[in-house]
Amino acid sequence: MTSGGGKHRADWTFRALTALCAILVIVLMGAILARLLGNSRLAFSEFGLGFLSSQEWNPGTSEFGALSSVFGTVVSTAIAMLLAVPLSLVIAVFLVEVAHPAVARIVGGAVELLAAVPSIIYGMWGLFVFATIMQRTVQPALASSLGFLPLFQGPPMGIGMLTAGIVLAIMVLPFTTAVTRDVLLMVPPVLRESAHGVGATMWEATRSVSLRYGRHGIIGAVFLGFGRAVGETMAVTFVIGNSHRISASLFEAGNTIASSLANEFNEASEPLYQSSLVGLAVVLFGITLLFQIVAHVWLARLGRAEGRRS
Amino acid sequence: MRPRPVAGRLLADRAVRVIMVPAALVGIVVLAWILWEVVSRGAGALSPAFFTTLPAPPGEEGGGLANAIVGTLLMTAIATGIGAPIGLLAGVFLAEFGARSRIATAVRFTTNLLMGTPSIIVGVFVYGVLVLPAGHFSGWAGAIALAIIMLPVVLRTTEDMLRLVPNELRESALALGSPRWKMTLAVVFRAARTGLVTGTLLAVARVSGETAPLLFTSLNSFYWPESLGEPTANLTVTIFNYAMSPYADWQAKAWGASLLITVAVLLVAVLARFTLEGRKGRQW
Amino acid sequence: MKVRSVSIAVALSLVIISVLSVAASAAVTINGAGATFPEPIYAVWMYKYHELKGQKVNYQGIGSSGGINQIKAGTVDFGGSDAPLTPIELSESRLVQFPMVVGGVVPIVNIKGVGPGQLRLTPAALAGIFAGEITEWDNDVIKKLNPGLTLPSDPITTVHRADGSGTTWIFTSYLDKVSPSWHQKIGVGKTVAWPGGVGAKGNPGVAAYVQRVDCSVGYVEYAYAVQSKLTWVTMQNRAGKFVAPSSGSFQAAAQNADWKNAPGFSLVLVDQPGDGTWPIVGASFVLIRKEQASAETAKALLGFFDWCYRFGGAMAAQKDYVPLPMSVVEMVEAMWKTSVTAGGRPVWK
Repeated sequence: MTSGGGKHRADWTFRALTALCAILVIVLMGAILARLLGNSRLAFSEFGLGFLSSQEWNPGTSEFGALSSVFGTVVSTAIAMLLAVPLSLVIAVFLVEVAHPAVARIVGGAVELLAAVPSIIYGMWGLFVFATIMQRTVQPALASSLGFLPLFQGPPMGIGMLTAGIVLAIMVLPFTTAVTRDVLLMVPPVLRESAHGVGATMWEATRSVSLRYGRHGIIGAVFLGFGRAVGETMAVTFVIGNSHRISASLFEAGNTIASSLANEFNEASEPLYQSSLVGLAVVLFGITLLFQIVAHVWLARLGRAEGRRS
Repeated sequence: MRPRPVAGRLLADRAVRVIMVPAALVGIVVLAWILWEVVSRGAGALSPAFFTTLPAPPGEEGGGLANAIVGTLLMTAIATGIGAPIGLLAGVFLAEFGARSRIATAVRFTTNLLMGTPSIIVGVFVYGVLVLPAGHFSGWAGAIALAIIMLPVVLRTTEDMLRLVPNELRESALALGSPRWKMTLAVVFRAARTGLVTGTLLAVARVSGETAPLLFTSLNSFYWPESLGEPTANLTVTIFNYAMSPYADWQAKAWGASLLITVAVLLVAVLARFTLEGRKGRQW
Repeated sequence: MKVRSVSIAVALSLVIISVLSVAASAAVTINGAGATFPEPIYAVWMYKYHELKGQKVNYQGIGSSGGINQIKAGTVDFGGSDAPLTPIELSESRLVQFPMVVGGVVPIVNIKGVGPGQLRLTPAALAGIFAGEITEWDNDVIKKLNPGLTLPSDPITTVHRADGSGTTWIFTSYLDKVSPSWHQKIGVGKTVAWPGGVGAKGNPGVAAYVQRVDCSVGYVEYAYAVQSKLTWVTMQNRAGKFVAPSSGSFQAAAQNADWKNAPGFSLVLVDQPGDGTWPIVGASFVLIRKEQASAETAKALLGFFDWCYRFGGAMAAQKDYVPLPMSVVEMVEAMWKTSVTAGGRPVWK
């Protein structure tokens, strides 16, 4: 099929170029990780594995532990993903399958616009507007209806873990929705038509054909959202309260790894303090890696069950 | 195999349709709410002076953020110019060439790791690599920090979108004698066009609102960005400074600048879709 | 076709950018970074100075520690810090330090029926509240100080800074100085392990929070209390008098402080003597390199600070800052003459 050295060389160059770019990503990450590990060595040598299990965070006595930050990151991200992913899925399906094209364009544009709002605005809106609503309306409602659960106990302060999780969900929503929508748009019409042809309803066709065909893309969208939620620096600092205590209640203040970094990095003057903050970042990478491995394994198992490559 | 009763299936379908509308409304209501706050607090600050004059101290009449606007435009444009092509090409590698190889898996994992990196870490990294050795803050460092944040977003969406293009399309192009590179750029890219544009736009939207990385790389300035080799004015750090100040006029400017960023990204999105997808928009 | 037009647009933009990068400005911009506390007044001074003399001076608030780190790393021409370096730290880093402007930190409250200046607190009471030892406003200690006020029995919510801050440093320096138990248990810092309470981001965060939550107490820079008309507290000072925060009471602290016996001007202005002195005052310091690389830049740098000292007083007062007393300015400039050099020769005459 191929003829002429020119075509070969161009293809080879193209292929090499793309490979180079791909490897660049690994090199970059490696450099970042190397620097982080270097800067956190002091903290890890000082605290050892106790760094991961200690709740203590005292700049005065120079005792630092990552547990409360890890807890906060996990909980706030979980809230954000639990709220955002199903919602974005439903909205994406709505935009692709049900909505009138004009409506789809407007709603789609609106959701994308949410992505364009600077994260500090989410923070300020969260603190000055949303927190007030949370404190006066939402939290009391939750307390009176579900107050028997330790999750919703304590005085309604407006800021705290729940507020931070919801703000994160709003920030994650446009990313997961936009990508899921585009994934669903990529499903070949012939596949959907065949499903309808054998009598599937809209939902059945979507679930069995579109979502299955696009499942990698949708997982990608989820990771996009996860990355956003876990690494969000600015918005969370405004509404989470920066308390280094672990609490069962979602009404309480907390902190995430990213928010601790944002709040304290600039003013951390002692080497151990700085090193501990960098240590938090290393722990965050560990969490992200763990999440990925779990997802990867789960996907592989799904793929094997179907007899297809994952 | 026992067929499921039609009534049940129709009920499920109807239930989903019913949930959809409120769900979409949630998205719109939240956006409207946030936009309303930004517009009502910021629209007043967007005078002609805002776009043409340099920053004035609090309490001083007039004053604008013209230098910050230019600085942000420059740094975002450069960041996109660096981050988007690399992300696109790397995504091509993962989707077209690497697929199941070990390198590809490594790159995917790395991309996800990079996506979850707090932007402040990226800023501190670039500080250590570009600012400290050079002995000064610079707009270049800021652009590179933004590019690093954009990269994984573009990469991930590119790979996902390209993988969704049916193989039949690729095979037909190759069967007609097209070289691999041309097939990728002319055929596959066109088929995945919408998604690729979305990926890049999301990345641009993401970095245009970032403050922390710029704080460590480009810092900020009261003056025109005459050279990118020194602290460069930008909107996000200015917004942060102004919002955290006690002065009402500065705070109003902060909201105004935020409104500007939001509207600007929207305009870029509309323009990009129009240029790259044609007037008919998405073809489906 | 479309690809071509896009690539032409990109190429054109790159050319413009490169041209912009190469074009250098005539005068060199002086860059500084550090504490956010003096940022507004520095912005005013730099604006006016640029108008008058054409010299560009840039300052960005990245935090006191940021200022110290950057001047040590050599990425800026001067650093700003609310917490002074000790003489040992100064000589180790080969830096020179001097105070630039003074301001106060003010406790603010939200108690129904209590207006600005009506609540009186002693140092022990304030420390007790923030240490979590005094938990209600109708505690006996507070009631005795405020016989004329009806105080609620609801629990107090203390609001502190979530982010590391020079304001926190000044506030905790005060509590540390006046309360032995605070000194023992919590100490001084830009971030401390607050026993309870809520962390809010930035001065606006604390102000917003206190305004929204009943029975709360927080601390903010004076400018915020003034601009947002917050309910400030009357404090008892070292002389036993109850004072209100004001430029006058801050200036008294700066005036009465013992600068002469503070090597490197390393002095914390909390709990200073004097009848009219506000007890929670801090100076914002400037740090510059002892050995300057360029005599020209150094002269421009010191010239700017000198101008601020001599002509910036009214502007500072207008923005609720307190200019340094002239006696202290003389001491600072005397220090410049002997300590700041470029190429072995002193810069300031």
